[in-house]
Amino acid sequence: MRYVAPASIAEVVELLIGDPEATVFAGATDLVPQMRAGRPEPSVIIDLKKIARLTEVSLDNGTWRVGAAAPTSDLTDNAALAADLPGLVHAAGLIGSDQIQNRASLGGNLCNASPAADSVPPLVVNDARAVVAGPGGERTVAVADVPTGPGRTSLAPGEFVVEFEIDRPPARTSDAYLRLIPRTEMDIAIVGAAARISLDAGGNCSEATIALGAVAPTVVLVPAATEALVGRPISDDVLATVAAACAGAASPIDDKRGTIAYRRQVAGVLAKRAVAEAAGRAGNGGGR
Amino acid sequence: MSRTHVSCNINGDDVEFLCDAGESLLDALRDEVRLMGAKEGCGTGDCGACSIILDGRLQCSCLVFAPEADGATIVTVEGIADGDHLHPLQECFLEGAALQCGVCTPGFLVAAKALLDRNPDPTETEVRYALAGNLCRCTGYDKIIRSVLVAADRMKEEVAG
Amino acid sequence: MTITEQRPSYRYVGTRPVRHDGLDKVVGKARYAADLVLPGMLYGHILRSPHAHARIVAIDTSAAEAMPGVRAIITGADFGDLPADDPERNMTLNLMARDKVLYEGHAVAAVAAATRRQAKDAAEAIAVTYEVLPHTLDILAAMEPGAPLLHEDIFTTGLDSEPTEPSNVANRTCYERGDIEKGFAESDIVVEGEFVTKPIHQGYIEPHACVADTGQDGKTVIWCSSQGHFRVRSQTAAMLGWDTSRIKVIPAEIGGGFGGKTTIYLEPLAVELSARSGRPVKMVMSRDEVFRATGPTPGSVIRVKLGATGDGRIIAAKAWLAYESGAFPGVWAMLGCMCVVAPYNVENFVIEGYEVVVNKPVNAAYRAPSAPMAAFATDTLVDEIAQRLDIDPIDLRLLNCPSAGDQAPYGPKWPLIGLRECLEAIRDSEHYRSEPAPGHGRGVASGFWFNIGEASSATVNLNENGTATVVTGSPDIGGSRASMALMAAEELGIDVHAIQPVVGDTEVVGFTDVTEGSRATFATGMAVVEACRDLKGQLRGRAARMWECEVDDVEWADGQATHSGGEHEPLALADITAEAGRTGGPLGATASLNARGAGPAFSVQVVDVSVDEETGRVTVERYTTAQDAGTAIHPDYVEGQMQGGVVQGIGWALNEEYIHDADGIMENPGFLDYRIPVASDLPMIETIIVEVPNPNHPYGVRGVGEVGIVPPLPALANAVYDATGSRIRELPLSPPRVLEAIMSGNGDGG
Repeated sequence: MRYVAPASIAEVVELLIGDPEATVFAGATDLVPQMRAGRPEPSVIIDLKKIARLTEVSLDNGTWRVGAAAPTSDLTDNAALAADLPGLVHAAGLIGSDQIQNRASLGGNLCNASPAADSVPPLVVNDARAVVAGPGGERTVAVADVPTGPGRTSLAPGEFVVEFEIDRPPARTSDAYLRLIPRTEMDIAIVGAAARISLDAGGNCSEATIALGAVAPTVVLVPAATEALVGRPISDDVLATVAAACAGAASPIDDKRGTIAYRRQVAGVLAKRAVAEAAGRAGNGGGR
Repeated sequence: MSRTHVSCNINGDDVEFLCDAGESLLDALRDEVRLMGAKEGCGTGDCGACSIILDGRLQCSCLVFAPEADGATIVTVEGIADGDHLHPLQECFLEGAALQCGVCTPGFLVAAKALLDRNPDPTETEVRYALAGNLCRCTGYDKIIRSVLVAADRMKEEVAG
Repeated sequence: MTITEQRPSYRYVGTRPVRHDGLDKVVGKARYAADLVLPGMLYGHILRSPHAHARIVAIDTSAAEAMPGVRAIITGADFGDLPADDPERNMTLNLMARDKVLYEGHAVAAVAAATRRQAKDAAEAIAVTYEVLPHTLDILAAMEPGAPLLHEDIFTTGLDSEPTEPSNVANRTCYERGDIEKGFAESDIVVEGEFVTKPIHQGYIEPHACVADTGQDGKTVIWCSSQGHFRVRSQTAAMLGWDTSRIKVIPAEIGGGFGGKTTIYLEPLAVELSARSGRPVKMVMSRDEVFRATGPTPGSVIRVKLGATGDGRIIAAKAWLAYESGAFPGVWAMLGCMCVVAPYNVENFVIEGYEVVVNKPVNAAYRAPSAPMAAFATDTLVDEIAQRLDIDPIDLRLLNCPSAGDQAPYGPKWPLIGLRECLEAIRDSEHYRSEPAPGHGRGVASGFWFNIGEASSATVNLNENGTATVVTGSPDIGGSRASMALMAAEELGIDVHAIQPVVGDTEVVGFTDVTEGSRATFATGMAVVEACRDLKGQLRGRAARMWECEVDDVEWADGQATHSGGEHEPLALADITAEAGRTGGPLGATASLNARGAGPAFSVQVVDVSVDEETGRVTVERYTTAQDAGTAIHPDYVEGQMQGGVVQGIGWALNEEYIHDADGIMENPGFLDYRIPVASDLPMIETIIVEVPNPNHPYGVRGVGEVGIVPPLPALANAVYDATGSRIRELPLSPPRVLEAIMSGNGDGG
């Protein structure tokens, strides 16, 4: 196995094309445990953290650019980002311990393609885009389209994620992310739910996106929840409809972390709570 | 296969060592540099016993590939005292009986130092969450949390005094 | 807080000095077994079974032998088989499988190579041909006739008639008293239930580790992390067929044990690899290996039925307990039987226990082994009686509380015990007297553990400058060195930091049993006190020589010799040691003893919880524990033991469990999914040290290490009931289980 820390995106692409057994990494917080558990060793480990663009977090003309290898602690420490996208930043701050958050990245969280990845549902509800570099140059793809199943992504050979683009939310819009873990920290989500809610001047919901994590091979969007919300105030009745819609949309599995019935039930509970939290923030003006 | 040469600064000393590409920084610290303070409790980033501060950031050294340390500045438990003068956290851990078997202690001290470096006045809840990545099976955490809070007070007094 | 009854006042005992081994531990200098490096050292790696149950048809090591760096390979064929009745036989079969593997993770071969990586690669290159056998994982299924058999030679003992067929049930234990039919007939209320728990790991943060260096003289030196290096010596000798005198064991610092390091897993393998390679060999387990191959505490199925009078007297108890021992039988069901109704005076009972083998890792002791599961059953039902009779749960326990002279359910009469005092301490605590916060549920429970004595040795040497070295054979797993120094300081009258407490290796200190049963401060402390008292006699003799008077005219008090006639200025200990060369030579004393009269331990605890009724998540909001320490030698570390025990119990109650798939493969062999409590899960753990001194110890010590883990299981279950109205009889009280109970509305346990 070789370790390389290229200074440019082009070098990374070249290494990836040249060796199908090579892999990129940022924090290696998934890679190392997987290798210890018997995952075949890559031939080359490509450290992305020496490329400035991959670790930067910046606001560029109304769009946040978050480097795919930026440690999540750089997101939680960024007050302006947290004001704009509190749900996403909260999710980033849930990924493991302080030690983990000084290494783990959104790029890794996405490309590890765990159904339980905490940052993916809030990226999806915020219509985040991944900038992907590869042999053909760079392309932009919706985050929702990157994971295709547990451990699998739509990235082609030679491709890797460079950064995320997330537009600043409009006024009276905010997001939220909640997850259920047995302990208070250090666990993988049994269920996760993200919501992005926009309110009109009268306090009625004008736009809503709900996404669930850990209840299907990839993130589940719940149009029925959107339908229940748009044009209505955030009432208990509406939230109950949201919960039922989300429980119905979930198609989870039984595993060591939870049962199908439990995940369905809690998906609804967390979704309605996330909607209420996002709406509460949106009602206070949202990120602006 | 040739080994990778790494130059870094550990606890104020310039250090060079050779390592394998996939070797963890924890193994390199222990096997190559012979700094045995950081411990392996899990090897997967779940217990914090191998905590170090790498370029100002608290990390699990078991998750860091040793070659990543090239050019880095590293603080381990062996480096948090000022010569013979213990760090207030070390004093408070001793006085507050914050350790039993002691194997998690290096990781807790390093993590607590990282916390107080960026938040000199944490609440009990903040301390508990900041140290959630460090497992202790002996103490039930009570005396560890108290000792960190006492150390924070002592450090504030030192700054004020 | 400390509640003390008739305890003398001491100068050092009961104070809180900085522990002697503390400095090394806060600066990273403390040396654990994995920290040792010897010149030319090799690394050992174990190949483990991927199957829960299989016959080993063939092992081919030829490819591995040819790999770079490989210096030695061993398999089961390299070890002899002990006679069937040898008590260490099962240990040796666990350390290296012979004809069968009995659980996933069972050791099959081991390699020593120049690097860890080479050793691992070579171990994986060993080709093992298995014939996979049907396995059994479920305790009740394993008891059924026709279940896949782990051992052809286990015939259940303790049955009324001798069985003719082998089975997975190793033994039946029974305790009976009175007339149970009459007891239930006279009861106004009867409660019963079946309670289920999963295997739980001790979860020490330091994985097992050792280094062995075997010389050409046929002797070996082992550095290891253990709770008892003399047992490491005897078990290693048993496995290798060696005389113990060939083996020296040097105790390294131990990074947590909780019972799990009272037996061995690596040492004979390292010695054998070292003998074959001529090099020192280090073996260190990964966390994965610790979970898959070292001893959890048993899973259990326990059925209890209690009968009580309308005024709350428990007059009948029927208990049926089955404990799974893993791949080889232990003593777990018997211990459970002895504990199951211990905190209650019950006139009529029948208790029977079954020890069952299954295809899981071999169980080891874990902090008050077998008692927590038994208490989970009994103290949940006692809570139900209190609720149905509308009696305060502490008052109900006081009504049924045994005291000195009452007969314990397992036979002997209770000596002086402090259960009543613990109950009163909780009843009178600020926590119990205040109402739970709105929406919170409250639970209480009590727990019992025997504590034990066993063999201990200590040597105390006085140095020429008036300091002392205290050498004992008890590995320090929770601050016992500080306790030894405090008792020696009290005896000798010198400052506690003028005493250096040391854990000696097997060649420098007399035989000492394992640190288990909360015995170190009790039994080894007795040896230290006895040696110090011998020294005080010697010091009086030396003073008499210096004064040229009769020894009877010399008294020893407060660290100095005084002349009864007042004719001489008092001599401090340092004055005498400075002259030791002229008055008879060095001063030292040794004591070896079999400690008798260990004081039984009780703990009573109260917990407040909140429950998220939509997700089933339980949050521990407040926790108070009262425990009878006898006398708290070092209160900081008594509190530490109490708090540590409680939090381990909270983990067991709420989230911890071994999860095996249908093939018997462990699914959560790491701290990610084997969820021990983290700091943010918990409140402070409030402690009330109760001191009812043990009359059989010079300072009244009972031993405090274990009983704290017993009450949390029922206390949490009772608190969850109080919060939700659901009686949950299976652990852990994980969010899915709690939510299911809430949604199914099983108010009375179903």
